[in-house]
Amino acid sequence: MAALEMTTPDAAGNRPPKFSTKNVNVFYGEKQALFDVELDIVENQVTSLIGPSGCGKSTYLRCLNRMNDVVEECRVDGSILLDGHNIYDRSVDVVQLRAEVGMVFQKPNPFPKSIFDNVAYGPRIHGLTSNRAELVELVESSLIRAGLYEEVKDRLDNPGTSLSGGQQQRLCIARAIAVQPEVILMDEPCSALDPIATARIEELIDELRENFTIIIVTHSMQQAARVSQRTAFFHLGKLVEVGDTEMIFTTPQDQRTQDYITGRFG
Amino acid sequence: MTDLASNSAPRQTTERIAASLPRRYARDSRFRYYGLVAIGLALAFLVLLFVSIVSKGYSAFFQTEIRLLIEFDEDRLDPNGTRDPSVLAGADYGGLVKSSLRGLFPEAESRRDRKSLNRLMSSGAGFVLRDMVTNDPSLIGTAQEVWLPAAADIDMLIKGFIDRSKPASERRVNDKQIAWVDALQERDAIERHFNTRFFSAGDSREPELAGIWGAVVGSFYTLLVTILLAFPLGVMTAIYLEEFAPTNRWTDLIEVNINNLAAVPSIVFGLLGLAVFLNFFGLPRSAPLVGGMVLALMTLPTIIIAGRAALKAVPPSIREAALGVGASRLQVVTHHVLPLAMPGILTGAIIGTAQALGESAPLLMIGMVAFIVDVPTGPIDPATVLPVQIYLWADSPERAFVERTSAGIMVLIAFLVAMNLIAVVLRKKFERRW
Ligand SMILES: Nc1ncnc2c1ncn2[C@@H]1O[C@H](COP(=O)(O)OP(=O)(O)OP(=O)(O)O)[C@@H](O)[C@H]1O
Ligand SMILES: [Mg+2]
Repeated sequence: MAALEMTTPDAAGNRPPKFSTKNVNVFYGEKQALFDVELDIVENQVTSLIGPSGCGKSTYLRCLNRMNDVVEECRVDGSILLDGHNIYDRSVDVVQLRAEVGMVFQKPNPFPKSIFDNVAYGPRIHGLTSNRAELVELVESSLIRAGLYEEVKDRLDNPGTSLSGGQQQRLCIARAIAVQPEVILMDEPCSALDPIATARIEELIDELRENFTIIIVTHSMQQAARVSQRTAFFHLGKLVEVGDTEMIFTTPQDQRTQDYITGRFG
Repeated sequence: MTDLASNSAPRQTTERIAASLPRRYARDSRFRYYGLVAIGLALAFLVLLFVSIVSKGYSAFFQTEIRLLIEFDEDRLDPNGTRDPSVLAGADYGGLVKSSLRGLFPEAESRRDRKSLNRLMSSGAGFVLRDMVTNDPSLIGTAQEVWLPAAADIDMLIKGFIDRSKPASERRVNDKQIAWVDALQERDAIERHFNTRFFSAGDSREPELAGIWGAVVGSFYTLLVTILLAFPLGVMTAIYLEEFAPTNRWTDLIEVNINNLAAVPSIVFGLLGLAVFLNFFGLPRSAPLVGGMVLALMTLPTIIIAGRAALKAVPPSIREAALGVGASRLQVVTHHVLPLAMPGILTGAIIGTAQALGESAPLLMIGMVAFIVDVPTGPIDPATVLPVQIYLWADSPERAFVERTSAGIMVLIAFLVAMNLIAVVLRKKFERRW
């Protein structure tokens, strides 16, 4: 019943959060990396996670699609609800979860396969399309939405690794989109890119917001300000402050946030 | 420190770097020079080895044969005229050879002379005639000119390995035999022909009849069993340990033991095979099946270690990418990691099987050292393998086995090269642009 209540709008008409995390504690062996993080992610918005290096942004992000499962000494405590269901529940299938929560990594990591096969891989393993024509259509529409189609339409058979860094990152975004997830996690997706490629991807994120919920880790204050509607500031494994991006950057409540965004540490 | 901070610092640093450059370049070129010397030495030894083996062994690819006029006399082969195969097979073909020789050299009358005369021919000459007649009984009653194998000693004489100037008591052919051979040579009735028997027969006590084919087939079956067992087992073990196993004390223990196993002397595996496969499970002795199983045990650690190294070398970002779109762990391995690791795994497998091909010690323990004449027709027939055959020949006193030993080594190397070529082709197939 509780779950049901959470998925329906409350009295004030606010949409329920896509992700709702409470008391999230993460340990790498003996070392605790996250302390009691409590954060809600709003649907169809871009949420950016900022904070100094090593504060646990990636760790938090990787909790959301259980990517931490493969790190052997990593232990996650607390409740992480996606649409009201705990994703660490025994009944949740991690493969299913990762199909719903896609991820784009810091370094572009296309498969050493053709551009087409890179995008088609997810739909293929999940059996999303029933014939070749549908698959081609899905691959093309994903490439179009990732803003890459025009550049690669004549060479879909070339290896994905033959593209430039920015193109590779957009290919990885297309690959994530093709699985038709609800949430896309991005861990510093532009850190390896030049300003022009970065601008393209920022545009892209803004367009994708319509259909996806996006959580992005970034080290660039400007980027966070440009692309996100909400911003969460992490420090030393703790969530210090979260709120509307504008508010965080103009009137931060916490001294540490203030120091960080004005460049006094980080 | 104050020096560095002052204005002259950049210039000083440049000067220091400039001063150290010649020394650094000298070191570079010296290192290159050492490398060239090392490669040159290795190549020189390799060439020396090949030249010595080939120069000793190539003559084994030719065999001296003598042309005789053979009368397939019906009275002697098939007195009742039944053409019964068992009668034909049991007839005295050696007698035909002897009478033909006597017809050529009637002057040999004493018992001793006749014996020396008969010793010109290999004891296998009669078998050649028998095979001819059983294949084509219509030969009976005709006379044919046939090239028949000469005895090993005559072969050695023709090839120049017997010194004619030595006193007769110190060489294995007597003066009369030399005279007969010279007479045959004048009539062009003694020639060296390509030795097809060497490539089609099994082992024999008579050097001129001994062939390598039995050992080649034995090695083939043995390695087939080795690859079929060791490759899938080794690859699956490597995948499990690298991709699925949790790191705890047990997997550490297994890892240490696998590394130890790779260093165990091969003869120990032979003892294990003797105790387990032969004595406990009662598998046949001298069989390629058992040999292959023993060699598979020996090869497994090599394949596992090489396989794990190859799997480790696949960048983790590929695994993350696949997991990120929702591939299961098995899909990550089979779709991405394994194909990328395959060239490395194959390299390890080929090193392991090449080792197994040259291994003889563990096979001695399970009876693959036996003297086996028949070419094996399957993995449970008694057989021997190439290195063991080479060892057996090297151990034989006859001069004619010396060249066969070297020829055997050449065949072994050819076998190895063929295996490596297959591996290269497979690697090329699996290699991808990164
Ligand atoms: N696999 C791991 N094993 C052990 N400790 C880890 C592991 N991954 C991260 N940590 C630790 O957890 C803490 C948080 O790391 P995390 O990668 O989440 O930081 P981050 O905020 O993403 O930093 P950056 O901005 O540099 O990427 C760090 O102190 C790090 O040392
Ligand atoms: Mg990070």
